[in-house]
Amino acid sequence: MDIKAGLLKGDKRAAARLITLAENGDEEAVRIIRECYHLTGKARIIGITGPPGAGKSTVTDRLAKLLRMQDKKVSIIAVDPTSPFTGGAILGDRVRMNDLSTDPGVFIRSMGTRGALGGLSKAAHDAVRILDIFGSDYIFIETVGVGQSEVDIVKLADTVVMVMVPGLGDDIQAIKAGIMEIGDVFSVNKSDREGAERTAVELEMMLDFNKSSDFRPEVINIVARDNQNVDKLLEAIEKHWEYLCTKSNYQDRKRNSIHTEIISLINQYIITSIQKNNHSNLIQSMVEKVLKKELDPYSAAIEILQSVPIITTVQHDN
Amino acid sequence: MDRPIRVVVAKPGLDGHDRGAKVVARALRDAGMEVIYTGLRQTPEQIVEAVIQEDADCLAMSILSGAHNHLFPKVVNMLKERGVEDVLVVGGGVIPEDDIPGLLEAGIAAIFTPGTPTSLTIDFITQNIKK
Amino acid sequence: MFDKQKAAEIKAAAEKWDNGVKSKLERQPERKLTFRTSSGMEIKRMYTPADIEGMDFNADLSNPAQYPYTRGVQPTMYRGRFWTMRQYAGFATAEESNNRYKYLLEQGQTGLSVAFDLPTQIGYDSDHDLSEGEVGKVGVAIDSLKDMETLFDGIPLDKVTTSMTINAPAAVLLAMYIAVAEKQGVSAEQLSGTIQNDILKEYIARGTYIFPVVPSMRLITNIFEYCSKSVPKWNTISISGYHIREAGSTAAQEVAFTLADGIAYVEAAIKAGLDVDDFAPRLSFFFNAHNDLLEEVSKYRAARRLWAKIMKERFQAKDPKSMMLRFHTQTGGSTLTAQQPDNNIIRVTIQTLAAVMGGTQSLHTNSKDEALALPTEDAVRVALRTQQIVAYESGVTETVDPLAGSYYVEAMTNDIEARAMEYINKIDDIGGAVKAIERGYIQKEIQDSAYKYQMEIESNERIVVGMNKFQIQEGSPKGLLRVDPAVGELQKQKLETLRNERDNNKVNAALEALKKAAQTDENLMPFIIDAVRTYATLGEICGILREVFGEYQQSVIL
Repeated sequence: MDIKAGLLKGDKRAAARLITLAENGDEEAVRIIRECYHLTGKARIIGITGPPGAGKSTVTDRLAKLLRMQDKKVSIIAVDPTSPFTGGAILGDRVRMNDLSTDPGVFIRSMGTRGALGGLSKAAHDAVRILDIFGSDYIFIETVGVGQSEVDIVKLADTVVMVMVPGLGDDIQAIKAGIMEIGDVFSVNKSDREGAERTAVELEMMLDFNKSSDFRPEVINIVARDNQNVDKLLEAIEKHWEYLCTKSNYQDRKRNSIHTEIISLINQYIITSIQKNNHSNLIQSMVEKVLKKELDPYSAAIEILQSVPIITTVQHDN
Repeated sequence: MDRPIRVVVAKPGLDGHDRGAKVVARALRDAGMEVIYTGLRQTPEQIVEAVIQEDADCLAMSILSGAHNHLFPKVVNMLKERGVEDVLVVGGGVIPEDDIPGLLEAGIAAIFTPGTPTSLTIDFITQNIKK
Repeated sequence: MFDKQKAAEIKAAAEKWDNGVKSKLERQPERKLTFRTSSGMEIKRMYTPADIEGMDFNADLSNPAQYPYTRGVQPTMYRGRFWTMRQYAGFATAEESNNRYKYLLEQGQTGLSVAFDLPTQIGYDSDHDLSEGEVGKVGVAIDSLKDMETLFDGIPLDKVTTSMTINAPAAVLLAMYIAVAEKQGVSAEQLSGTIQNDILKEYIARGTYIFPVVPSMRLITNIFEYCSKSVPKWNTISISGYHIREAGSTAAQEVAFTLADGIAYVEAAIKAGLDVDDFAPRLSFFFNAHNDLLEEVSKYRAARRLWAKIMKERFQAKDPKSMMLRFHTQTGGSTLTAQQPDNNIIRVTIQTLAAVMGGTQSLHTNSKDEALALPTEDAVRVALRTQQIVAYESGVTETVDPLAGSYYVEAMTNDIEARAMEYINKIDDIGGAVKAIERGYIQKEIQDSAYKYQMEIESNERIVVGMNKFQIQEGSPKGLLRVDPAVGELQKQKLETLRNERDNNKVNAALEALKKAAQTDENLMPFIIDAVRTYATLGEICGILREVFGEYQQSVIL
């Protein structure tokens, strides 16, 4: 299969295979993405996050359907946690998007967090690029909003939708620190449940209190299951996009995002170099030295870095 | 192999007995695989799309309603029509022994009937994936 | 049940005895370090009155047909008459199933039990795309009143009791049954039987749901209300633990989740304005029977006692009939093995004994070949004979609640009740069964048990004869029942003819009226009966309701 040609034609199999390669850290993936990098930047990237059980998949499903009615090409990356014990994962988000899966204008991909060292955020980043090149108008990244790697993922997005549910009570207090900076639009899903109004009011109050940005996120009560107010939610997402475009800080946001990506790639390359050059013995011996107090961990790290020829090992066949 | 095997677990047809599918899904996860669980009442079209978009190494289907002779080959044929030949397809459920040769011939690599230990399914998948 | 001093003496003696045994264990070890029931409850070496010292005979056991009904709901039980022997059957077309019913009635079966195919259970006609390959497979295909007329042809509906395993479209099939009876000249008041009508366990375990929770609960309460007035002898629901157990639950979970569902139905009906004593006497239950004989007997007894308390204390029911848990039993399909299928006959015998000593009102015994395919006529006969041998030859039927007073059985009855109550409290905390299902709590608990069970088999901690021990080389079993794939075509043709022959104006008018009613709070039963009479199909009726109600979406938690 000629993956690049397939991808450029909008072939789902090619896109799917390339995401696998990217996920597995295959250099072929990086090569193709580099070659097609100039084609990226056309898709709108929407992060969907929130606590487990908030109905993120259903919200994504309904938003995607609305966009399909406008004939937009939609891709969805659904991230679920990998078991730290076995490395396996059960990825169950397709269940709530079943009727989208046969829509020719929709591509859905499930990803496990796979743990280790920012690997997911790189893989998700690559997947977004691939689906951008593939020709998506909108790319949704759906992930549980806990943990650093998830936060990194949502940073990829132009607009981040926080999906909440009524009755979180004190939980809102507990997570507000994390969510206030991340969310661009807040939706209270399952708003046919008791306490929906209260949750919305609490969110509004917190948002009023938060003055870190001149954009004031909207709070939308929805019932995604019954398709209630999902159109309003989409409008709020679009409003945020208009804000980004007109208030010009969109470029800043992009700049930040590129900055973050480069830094994370540097990290990734260093780690890869160390692994590739089989420096595990060196690391191991450093561990022993630190254990015996012959050395401190700071010096050990510097010593390891000094012995790793980073530039020469990170090569792409140009 | 240093990457997880990706398996789509699907229930084609209308039967709602997903105990087996769920037990197998968990066992595969505990064996370090990434299991894409697609839920009940999957049409062959939906299953084929899931296999393609998820770039699965293996498709594991379960049917307890007796519709296996109709639905299993249909899925395999649709995969072939889409040019997907490198995915291992296995089936499970209440399937009479007499039906198994026909299903194997249709392109199902293995049929696991009630009483099959999950370890056997895991081993079969691990040893036979084509990618 | 013993005076305090006596109990203390017995306890001291038992402990002394146990210590004596323990001291010899090094030389004569037991087979296992701990012994557990099939559901994982730990079993002691020996039980004595000390294990049930807190029990009060009158409050906890009493006599048969007396509160709290631990010992049974009828005063004479099987001394009066045996349980209803009711083999679940149905396959292919209405014609073929009709023949099987007549055969079973000739063989001494006393009630009918109709199995429907999956398209019927999910409200699709045989010519729907999704029906492809499924028509007539796990039960009979019913598309319209025409098929129902054929199904019961020559079977007088005032003489048999009929149980129908139908849930999401239960209202439609009940309507058809009423309409067939009408044509036979039998009034609805005379009809006796059961519809399963238990949607909550479909969401939990069985998977043949159609509509979302709220309209589904409405259809159920509509049926309660309609039947309490017009079909008074009908069991309007069979609240089912059977499938919960099949999905892998423990015995205590089976009781807990079934009764939690029961509580949800009672609450929904009361909320809809019904008086508890108007509908509660028509609630019936449906449990599984597994191989752990004494655990199962204890399970039925615990369920009866717990339900009686719930109805009396929680819902203030006044009518004793509201407090009586009547139940159907089916032997456990998941306990059957595909290996050495003859062994299944013995399993079914043990399970039959469990159900009978547990006081069931009716029983289906599985056939030995059901891990392989639908049962053949011969296999079904052996299964029915199993019941008849237990009834006529075993002697366990000659007294009521024969295992009462066994220290072990009473202790385990208490234990299962306590564990079930713990779950029910937890579900109450979540906000009831509906919420617990929506959150996937109940499903998760069952799946955990199922996975544990499977792993125990794979590690040989749990032995299943013929499967992970005492295996043999076997040839493939012969003579399995096969449903002719042509059934699908045949049903399609019948539908086409029907659609040409019936008065489609009448059909459309009836469907339109149903649609309007569905958008209001009216009871839908009369509208569904009207639609059925015009030969509107099941798929058309459910299609209209799908339009108004939408469809349920599975919540997967693995």
